[in-house]
Amino acid sequence: MKLGEWQMAGNGAGGETARPLAIEARGLVKRFDGFTAVDGVDITVPQGAIYGILGPNGAGKTTTLRMLLGIIDPDEGVRRVLGHERPHEISHLIGYLPEERGLYPAMKAYEAIGFLGALRGLPLEEGRRRGKILLEEHGLGYAIDRQIRQLSKGMAQQVQLLGTLVHEPRLVVFDEPFSGLDALNQGKLERMMRGLAEKGTTVIFSTHVIAHAERLCDEVAIIAGGKVPFAGPVDVARGRIPAQVRLETRAGDGPWRRALPADARHEGNYWHFSLPESGIEPLLRALIEGEAGILSLSIERAGLHDAFVAIAGEAAARALAEDKEEGR
Amino acid sequence: MTAIATGRLSTLAAAFVIARRDFTAILFSRSFFFFLLGPLFPLLIGGLAGGIGKEVQSSAARPELGVAMAPADTQAMLAAYRQLEPQLRGALPVLVTVRELQPGEAFDPAAAVQDKRLNLAAVLTGTPDRPMLTGPAERIEQWRGPVALLAAEARRGTATSYPQVGMTPLALATTADSARSRMLTAQLGQTVLFLLTMLLAGMVLSNLVEEKGNKIIEVLAAAIPMDAVFLGKLFAMLGVSLVGITVWAGAGGAIWFAAGNSLGQFPAPAVGWPLFFVLGTAYFAMGYLLLGSLFLAIGSMATTVREVQTLSMPVTMLQLLNFFFASWAMARPGSLAELAAIAVPFSSPFTMLARAAQDDALLPHALALAWQVVCVAIFVKVGATLFRRWVMKSGPARGDSGRKGWLARLRSRPAVR
Repeated sequence: MKLGEWQMAGNGAGGETARPLAIEARGLVKRFDGFTAVDGVDITVPQGAIYGILGPNGAGKTTTLRMLLGIIDPDEGVRRVLGHERPHEISHLIGYLPEERGLYPAMKAYEAIGFLGALRGLPLEEGRRRGKILLEEHGLGYAIDRQIRQLSKGMAQQVQLLGTLVHEPRLVVFDEPFSGLDALNQGKLERMMRGLAEKGTTVIFSTHVIAHAERLCDEVAIIAGGKVPFAGPVDVARGRIPAQVRLETRAGDGPWRRALPADARHEGNYWHFSLPESGIEPLLRALIEGEAGILSLSIERAGLHDAFVAIAGEAAARALAEDKEEGR
Repeated sequence: MTAIATGRLSTLAAAFVIARRDFTAILFSRSFFFFLLGPLFPLLIGGLAGGIGKEVQSSAARPELGVAMAPADTQAMLAAYRQLEPQLRGALPVLVTVRELQPGEAFDPAAAVQDKRLNLAAVLTGTPDRPMLTGPAERIEQWRGPVALLAAEARRGTATSYPQVGMTPLALATTADSARSRMLTAQLGQTVLFLLTMLLAGMVLSNLVEEKGNKIIEVLAAAIPMDAVFLGKLFAMLGVSLVGITVWAGAGGAIWFAAGNSLGQFPAPAVGWPLFFVLGTAYFAMGYLLLGSLFLAIGSMATTVREVQTLSMPVTMLQLLNFFFASWAMARPGSLAELAAIAVPFSSPFTMLARAAQDDALLPHALALAWQVVCVAIFVKVGATLFRRWVMKSGPARGDSGRKGWLARLRSRPAVR
């Protein structure tokens, strides 16, 4: 499949994206001195979405983002960002907050924001003017004339975040944006990301804290071992893990036990097992007919965290097996 | 917020953003003040050392010849010294009376020479008719002629009247004198150009350490092409260097002229002083950009100040080699060696500035500058490519053999997240 065909075909993971794509990448590969950091990554991000890139540490999330942004070029594969194959050509439409934050320590806060805007094509004076306004709006007015070296780490991080947005980009990429922020500022950042998406800005962020992705994202890509074992809507990811049933019965034993699936395990007063593919109704019928004496029964849908652990774990196990195979 | 459309920056516009930031950050930093003061320290030390040396030299200067003769002969010899000294201007030994000998008085000249309190280089005894020099062989051989002249004058008894010699000084020097003088100007120009290039181009080696240390490089690389970062940094440092040179030249020139000196004290270069300065500036810019692009690319490998210090040694050696090559070629004008030094990009600016002092033809300068511009373009392009590859570990896909090559081994594998 070529780039562009996906846009017509949707996401291919069950999504119904007929929206134009902010990012489409296919078969991205990056090697460093023989070590394959990213191994055939495919990602499509619809415009205006909040998209999460999830993965354990060292999975290749940052390398993937750096390739999408044009910081490094892929050794193989193709990428298209906002319709352009060379991301630098549209860098004025992109904002990027790297994981390792960096500002010139001698710059004042509003100058730093102006400089980050100037790098993205915003006239320096306009960037500085906007910087002052943004700092005031975000409760950092007192820091306008302070040098970056005089700010706390968290405040400097907020200044850089505002610098990422000062030129009003159409696509914003955050690499581990929540790291280093306290709970209050994490909530503030989540609200800001939602606000951006409401205005039509595409937001992509990487994280290894799944809760943020579960709250924010329309779609996610799970990266493990440099590969993408899953990419698609959050619900589809959850659907990969069968719902869990918790059953409490009056009878300790009886013919109803034959209705329980093979993976059922007894812990305390409860039975735990995956919801059978046939659904809950046949199971209920069998339990009633078998005189189980149902005291309580609950069905819990799998969370994104469970899906992530299962998918990433499977991928890691597969990679390990492949490595062993190659080594044989 | 006012809607102001942002547009894609061209490489030059992006380079300007970087250059403006670097230039102003350096210019308004406290360390720039010390940078401006830097060259004053060697001058101060040089001046102090020169002053002390001069004092030592003056105290040890003009070795003295002790006279130990009969009183009349002693006076006759001293009178002859006073008569001849103004004519010969320092060619005669300084005469001092050791003792006026009475008839029959014994005197040991060797003991007088060795007497540390007297501090004499030699001793003259006897009479003006039969003078006798006692002292180290080399010294008395050197003074034999002047002493004979003094003795002859003393023997004559009456003061000789020397005619006044008329003088007609010519502005023109002989061809030999002119070539020698201009060689000195060429040497001086070349040395100044070398020192400035070495002092200033070397600074770009550590230019990226701040960005790498602060992780700003990631932000820059995401926003603009690395070529623009390279160009911006190179031209910012050139600008800073030119500001420094202007301040040093202005301050130094003001002190120089205020002390009553003038450029006329130096042999004028063949192309004239104004053009010599213009060419000097152009050749400095070319030399700076050539070396700077190389150093910036090499410096991009360093992540710490310690690594920069390690890298600076071979770089300094390289600069010295260029300087020696250009100096060697300067003494062989029109030779194949000079042509080679002009053709080699790194020695070309030095060689051509020396040529400007020695030869008034301007066409070679036009051709050399054109050649240097081409070389600068090539070096900046190659430097930017290496810089991009080394700084961000990026570039077009390479084969396995390429990845295992020396370029790949220069950098350790970055952390992958």
